[in-house]
Amino acid sequence: MRTHPSLIVCPHCDAVYRRPALAAGQVARCGECDAVLHRAARLDMNGWTALTVAAAILFVLANAFPVISVGMQPFRNDATLWQATASLVHGAWAPLALPGVAVAIVAPSVQIALLGWVLLFAWHGRRAPGFRLAMKALDWLRPWSMLDVALLGVAVAAIKLAGMAEVAIGPGLWAMAALIGVTAVTAKGDPRWLWEATE
Amino acid sequence: MTVRPRAQHLGMVGCRVCGLVVSAPLQSDQRSFCPRCRSELQPRFAGGSARAWAFWLAALIFYVPANLLPVMDIRVLGGAEHAATILGGVVDLWRDGSYGVALVVFVASVLIPTVKYLALAFLLLTVRHANGWARRARARLYRWLEAVGYWSMLDVVVVGLLVSLVQFQALGEIQPRAGILFFGMSVVLTMLATQSFDARLIWDGEGDDTV
Repeated sequence: MRTHPSLIVCPHCDAVYRRPALAAGQVARCGECDAVLHRAARLDMNGWTALTVAAAILFVLANAFPVISVGMQPFRNDATLWQATASLVHGAWAPLALPGVAVAIVAPSVQIALLGWVLLFAWHGRRAPGFRLAMKALDWLRPWSMLDVALLGVAVAAIKLAGMAEVAIGPGLWAMAALIGVTAVTAKGDPRWLWEATE
Repeated sequence: MTVRPRAQHLGMVGCRVCGLVVSAPLQSDQRSFCPRCRSELQPRFAGGSARAWAFWLAALIFYVPANLLPVMDIRVLGGAEHAATILGGVVDLWRDGSYGVALVVFVASVLIPTVKYLALAFLLLTVRHANGWARRARARLYRWLEAVGYWSMLDVVVVGLLVSLVQFQALGEIQPRAGILFFGMSVVLTMLATQSFDARLIWDGEGDDTV
């Protein structure tokens, strides 16, 4: 099988192009269907690594500090990201907790870990053990990572509860918001450049 | 009007996972794999739109109980026990005066799913029966579906949060109900249906209708 590294095929309409030379941050769009063909990374390896480390720290913070706290005198419930989504895991309603845990905890944390692992080796121009699997997993996980939906969910839940209980926002929420900003670049961004960078 | 070459006409495939462009044999009975990432190379998805239709139908079936059954049971001290459906939750928010939030939940839980079923059926039907028009607009519609579809998970997250947070025994308790399970499954299935649709089909047969 012959490969054509100088060509690029639009994933949405199959049109063939010569791979364009883009400056950082530039985007090439398909002239046929207008889909994004190729997005030149705004960040270099340093940037990706920095953001991945930042994402890992923020993820820990969102799980260490309460995201939201709900009180009904004399009780008070503080919930971290983990507690807010996973507290059902032990009850009869465990299946209900699974989607929430999957999209708000498992997918984002696995993404951060895989990206960190791959980048660690890419620094030395090498492919990490399991590189191929990690890159496939990152591609597969992308649509299922929903921290942004979870954040909106926290806001909606807080407003729904405001009428019947005392609701307060915790520091974990700010960590979560920052995490979404950071992962907008890493998790949602396209790590395909790593294939070329490690060849 | 010249038609831009498509990979399939040139005997090439762009790998869905790593983006590498490969010259691959086109016999449909033979499976070939990307030399770089070892994902299967599919000039067009195997089985055409059958998978997308199957997920679409399953999602639609789950969507019925998801809307008819209550998604949670709210019991607060001094208030009557109250079972809320998806649509009922929107109405409650509206009645409480939270118009903005009611609108957000309505868009995520009612509007997006409904539009998604219709739009996906429209795309699946047109690639099969009437593919020669408005390709660009339909391609854009598909990318829009891909981008907004997952916001429908909002209600699943909200119910999960409410149930976890409001556990104050006698004072107040929120319990999940079966509706939310059906709703969540229906959202996941529509996402799978969208992913199973091969957007490249929109552009097939392009040369035929312009000559």
